[in-house]
Amino acid sequence: MQISITVNGTVQRSDVEPRRLLVQHLRDDIGLTGTNIGCDTSSCGACTVLLDGESVKSCTLLAVQADGRSVTTIEGLATGESMHPVQEAFREHHGLQCGYCTPGMVMAAVSLLAEQPDPSEDDVREGLEGNLCRCTGYHNIVKAVLAAASGGANR
Amino acid sequence: MIPSAFDYVRADSADAAVAALVEHGEDAKLLAGGHSLLPLMKLRLAAPAVLVDIGRLSDLSYIRDAGDHVAIGALTRHRDLEISDLLAEQAPILRHAAGEVGDPQVRHRGTIGGSVAHGDPASDLPAVLLALRATLVARGPDGERAIPVDDFFTGFLETALEPTELLTEIRVPKVAGAGWSFQKFNRRAQDWAIVGVALVRNGTAGVGLVNMGARPLRAAAVEAALASGASATDAASVAADGTDPSADLNASVEFRRHLAEVLVRRAIEEAG
Repeated sequence: MQISITVNGTVQRSDVEPRRLLVQHLRDDIGLTGTNIGCDTSSCGACTVLLDGESVKSCTLLAVQADGRSVTTIEGLATGESMHPVQEAFREHHGLQCGYCTPGMVMAAVSLLAEQPDPSEDDVREGLEGNLCRCTGYHNIVKAVLAAASGGANR
Repeated sequence: MIPSAFDYVRADSADAAVAALVEHGEDAKLLAGGHSLLPLMKLRLAAPAVLVDIGRLSDLSYIRDAGDHVAIGALTRHRDLEISDLLAEQAPILRHAAGEVGDPQVRHRGTIGGSVAHGDPASDLPAVLLALRATLVARGPDGERAIPVDDFFTGFLETALEPTELLTEIRVPKVAGAGWSFQKFNRRAQDWAIVGVALVRNGTAGVGLVNMGARPLRAAAVEAALASGASATDAASVAADGTDPSADLNASVEFRRHLAEVLVRRAIEEAG
């Protein structure tokens, strides 16, 4: 089936099987491998991307469901050489250990701050409940998201 | 994990979706947000020959004041329920419980209609609809019919919907000012409830149970006890009457029955 998805601002036209998952399409067809596959069962959140600005798990979405819509992956956050404020905050506060969950964690945080620009620590922890860090590095992740919020990442 | 191959039909209206169901019969499944169906398809526990995508029927996504009830389009996402001012006023238990479903990513995709039509006893919203005594509206080739929630859930992942019917609307009686409580017991934030309880007290009591049998169940014994003026402890002691929970890696049958009693008591106390 012919589909057209705006990925990180660029229109991508492809012919895909209806059963093609969005995450496979992004990684294998378009070559954007920043989005990781973790559990592949919509639990871990490693594959989180934005669909029309909202966080979704791209392992539980068919590429055809994103047809005509807009997808943002981790590769689409930075503006040229300047990192997105949430990326910047993750670096500043070392919001990662092994880094595998990080792209999904960052995308979930961007979506969270779009909905709640001024979250409490509890809001951040609850807002990231769909993302697992198997290094259990949550402390600095939460710190980074709070710092991004107070820096006005989304205001 | 990759689903087995299927033909994909994108419906551009509710009638077109029904027509596709009539054409393909039991080989077809409706795809809304996909957050119940796609995981099953990836595990190859479901392998429909045809997927009818209704995800773009935006005219079935709404939360409206309809006089004595709130009318909710079947394709309304959990996220939209979670932030609804109308529900905050008229059925706050539904707004709250929608915010307990899965995690934000799931709530950005999953719909109330999909959750209800899936008929999973472990889902949160069916128990809430039982407590609220909701009515479900289905559209089929012969028109629309209204199904009381008590007649809707017929078995494990089975509902009163015919293979050619599309769930279009959920009607929730207004219960502004009523006492309510939603108790969800799980070990990890995003998990399904091991046991859950939805309770609404609006003159009479409505009590729905999550994961206490093959289908979402009404705790009729608790409702009767509360109607006759029983204390929270006494009413809760019959919480597991008429239930048939199963054992799994999270809980034994005995633990589920115990949880039902504890959670019903807490719900009665919280609802006041």
